[in-house]
Amino acid sequence: MKRIAFPLLAVLITGVSVLAQQKTVTIATVNNPPMLELKKLSSKFEEKNPDIKLNWVIVEENVLRQRVTTDVTTGSGQFDAVYIGPYETPIFAKRGWLKEMANIPADYDIDDVFKSLRDVLSYDGKLYGLPFYGESSMLMYRKDLLEAKGLTMPEQPKYEDIKKIADAVTDKGKGVYGITLRGKPGWGENMAFLSTLINTFGGVWFDMKWNPMLDSSEWKKAIGFYIDLMKADGPPGASSNGFNENLTLMTSGKACMWIDATVAGGMLENGKESQVAGKMGYAPAPIEATPNGSHWLWTWAFAIPKAAKQAEAAEKFALWATSKDYIKLVADDIGWSDVPPGTRKSTYENPEYKKAPFTATTLQALLTADPTNPAIKPVPYTGIQFVGIPEFQSFGTVVGQNISGALAGKMSLEEALKASQTAVGRAVKQAGYQK
Amino acid sequence: MKKDTILGIIGWIVAAIIFFPLFWMIITAFKTEQGAYSPDLIFIPTLESFKDVFARSNYLAFMLNSIIISIGSTLVCFLFAIPAAYSMSFFPTPKTQPRLLWMLSTKMMPAVGVLMPIYFLFKLFGLLDNVLGLIIIYALMNLPIAVWMSYTYFCEIPGAILEAGRIDGANLWEELWHLLRPMALPGLSSTGLILVIFAWNEAFWSLNLTSAKAAPLTVFIASYSSPEGLFWAKLSAASLLAVAPIMVLGWMTQKQLVKGLTFGAVK
Amino acid sequence: MSVATQPVGAAAPVTVPDSEAKTNRLMALLQLPSVAALFVWMLVPLALTIYFSFIRFSLVNPDVKGFAGIENYQFLVEDESFWPAIINTIILVGAVLVITVVFGVLLAVLYDREFFGKNVATLLVIAPFFVMPTVSALIWKNFIMHPVYGLVALAFKAVGLPPIDWFGDIPLASIIIIVSWEWLPFAFLILYTSLKSLDAEQKEAAAIDGANTLQMFFFIIVPHLKRAVGVVVMIETIFLLSIFAEIYTTTSGGPGHATTNLAFLIYSLGLQQFNVGIGSAGGILAVILANIVAYFLVKMMAQNLKGR
Repeated sequence: MKRIAFPLLAVLITGVSVLAQQKTVTIATVNNPPMLELKKLSSKFEEKNPDIKLNWVIVEENVLRQRVTTDVTTGSGQFDAVYIGPYETPIFAKRGWLKEMANIPADYDIDDVFKSLRDVLSYDGKLYGLPFYGESSMLMYRKDLLEAKGLTMPEQPKYEDIKKIADAVTDKGKGVYGITLRGKPGWGENMAFLSTLINTFGGVWFDMKWNPMLDSSEWKKAIGFYIDLMKADGPPGASSNGFNENLTLMTSGKACMWIDATVAGGMLENGKESQVAGKMGYAPAPIEATPNGSHWLWTWAFAIPKAAKQAEAAEKFALWATSKDYIKLVADDIGWSDVPPGTRKSTYENPEYKKAPFTATTLQALLTADPTNPAIKPVPYTGIQFVGIPEFQSFGTVVGQNISGALAGKMSLEEALKASQTAVGRAVKQAGYQK
Repeated sequence: MKKDTILGIIGWIVAAIIFFPLFWMIITAFKTEQGAYSPDLIFIPTLESFKDVFARSNYLAFMLNSIIISIGSTLVCFLFAIPAAYSMSFFPTPKTQPRLLWMLSTKMMPAVGVLMPIYFLFKLFGLLDNVLGLIIIYALMNLPIAVWMSYTYFCEIPGAILEAGRIDGANLWEELWHLLRPMALPGLSSTGLILVIFAWNEAFWSLNLTSAKAAPLTVFIASYSSPEGLFWAKLSAASLLAVAPIMVLGWMTQKQLVKGLTFGAVK
Repeated sequence: MSVATQPVGAAAPVTVPDSEAKTNRLMALLQLPSVAALFVWMLVPLALTIYFSFIRFSLVNPDVKGFAGIENYQFLVEDESFWPAIINTIILVGAVLVITVVFGVLLAVLYDREFFGKNVATLLVIAPFFVMPTVSALIWKNFIMHPVYGLVALAFKAVGLPPIDWFGDIPLASIIIIVSWEWLPFAFLILYTSLKSLDAEQKEAAAIDGANTLQMFFFIIVPHLKRAVGVVVMIETIFLLSIFAEIYTTTSGGPGHATTNLAFLIYSLGLQQFNVGIGSAGGILAVILANIVAYFLVKMMAQNLKGR
């Protein structure tokens, strides 16, 4: 015991922090590269505002969602600024759990921020979130592998084009896979991509009366296509591959095509971490029966919980972090291709930024993604890669699990869809959506 | 002698197999992110990942919280458990067995089911993001285990020695400190180590009930476990940093264990 | 005490002096703090959980409100993953128990001998227990079991075999491997410590009597370890019934519901959508399951749990 006591005491003494008479803003955020860069550069904000101290709580996405939702919905006031997306923002705003972003100065140039992002972060005409970065989804492919087979990518590819190319390029013996797609179960994992697939194949989650439509022929066609494609041309272990695993498959040169978030562009072109930098081509996400809902819209934005203790200071920080000045700061620090993408028109007008090979496709995707029109016919919900109701977090994941199971060969497509149809029906019935 | 060498070799092979995944994690901590995915055993080590980890998180603050919470809750636990285990072991009554089982049954509710009630309670008492809150929860969480394990080890100690001491005029305190303690030390050391480990690695309550001030290393790890992009080397480095203090403690307790073991044999 | 008259490991019952009543009260008093604390700890959350399980309560959807009766329970039990989850839970617990106890005993006996560098080897064997379950799961999932980059896959490829998709083809077995790896050190530590209190003299006497290694093992060592095994089984069971982090990190309960246990099901249907009513109902169901398991366990281990 004595052997521990002394070092322990030393640690205790050195570890005690000085109690400051400062406003401490506690920020809950996710552990991705743009956010970590923000943390790094945030010392500049603290220099300009010496009375504000930033306290960072950085965790992975699922943990973040759990903590933030619990905090916001119970009004616990643990966080002053939270990082949320267009799924939670309208749900929270509707119940009055968020503070409206009301004090936006003119030089912030709010109109420069993409309207589609502002819309999804608003409720009843009021803005509740300031977007830090925005993304859609697109197709990323290895130009060199296509060239070697004498193929070119159409300007707006269709899914049958994708199948043709994947079949031609796949060489499992050499460890080259024609395509890799998300397979890991989760409403924000495989279901994010699969929702866009289902949308563009003409399927919907619910009809106008909130009857689930997972047993429709469009769902069967879409998911069947996905499973056949992955079996023929995808890597092994696909049913547990999420964004990260697929990114690694791409950067290590093992896969030819990938349909996923536009932010991946910057990572694929990063010479330090990617073996395929400079070899990539970018095209809009493929379509099938309709272009509606073929690519998603997502943004991570700063919002302020109603119970926040330092709301004013938090808003100041949020405005700084999402401003044009901040974007310029990042560009000066690590270069234009790594600035937080997808939030402002001015970013995409910058000549330096336009040089990166993925920006044009990204911009087009961002401008054309419309969560109010996600499907081929009218639907009672908004959201392209999710259904904007709170219960989706649960039944979306259950569906994702079933489809992942079908992909792994544990159950047939029919079984998976039938089980999903039942689960979704029970969930919305329990929550009272079907009148 | 030959026998011991063969057994020794087997012992080492088994240890190597069991330790291998951790060995891999340790060497990955010294690789670059690019190199982390390749199976190379020979590579140029770098401290890059450690640098990134220290830049990103305030490691010391997390570690301090982990130490305070783990040791604090274990001490509180022992404070309650040792007297209980002592009385149950040396003065058993018909109620002892059921009582022990009941204690264990208090752990039967999975944390996921009871998160919300606890969260609400903690919010009410201002225990959110507070080391005291976690100390209380962990002490309660570990108390049945502390009682059970202490009870088991006490049962292996012959009561006659204690009784002899009592007849010689020792009071309760002297009995506990001078007679019981040396014999119970190896068992209590194992128990203490296990309690500290349970508290150190507990990730569900610590993630949900703390945010900034009281967050222990489990929250620290949560910022490395599943981000976008390559993260293997950093996760390995962070994990190594998270495990290191507890490994040190384990090593020190091992010596206690081994030293005190010669007292444990019944003569 | 001579070896001949005293069974090794058991202690003589303490003779209670005449001031019996006073001692008994003192003893009861010593137990009071623990009992009282645990009583409150059990009662308050349990009462709240029971209450929540009978109402409709969603944190994110305040429209869901009112008395639910047994609706929440029905929602869980009628889910098609419910009985598979129960079965998976029992398989998971049973398999890990068997693996950790059997190998724990073997390892403890093996390490009971002195050999070169034993202290370091012991630390290596105990090491997995120090690592957070989330990290353990990630190490196994990505470094070892991954079908493309994992070391096992690379080894298979080197000899020309197709790699195993651990989490796709044998997900529950993969989880069992990971959890057993995490808990083996715990079993080993407790059994090893218990073995150390086995009287060396008795072992020698048996050896002199001509007992070979196998007889020694079954007639001396195993009986001595019975109590320690009982502790290991009871404690591990309680923890293993609510394994969550490993499943969450690797398979998210899938593929399908192949690795969904009861704890994960509660999370999936309740906590994930912040529905406190469903989550609480699940908690109560888990308590019921745990009590049933404990009942059978106690019956099986009644001998081991007796006191001195």
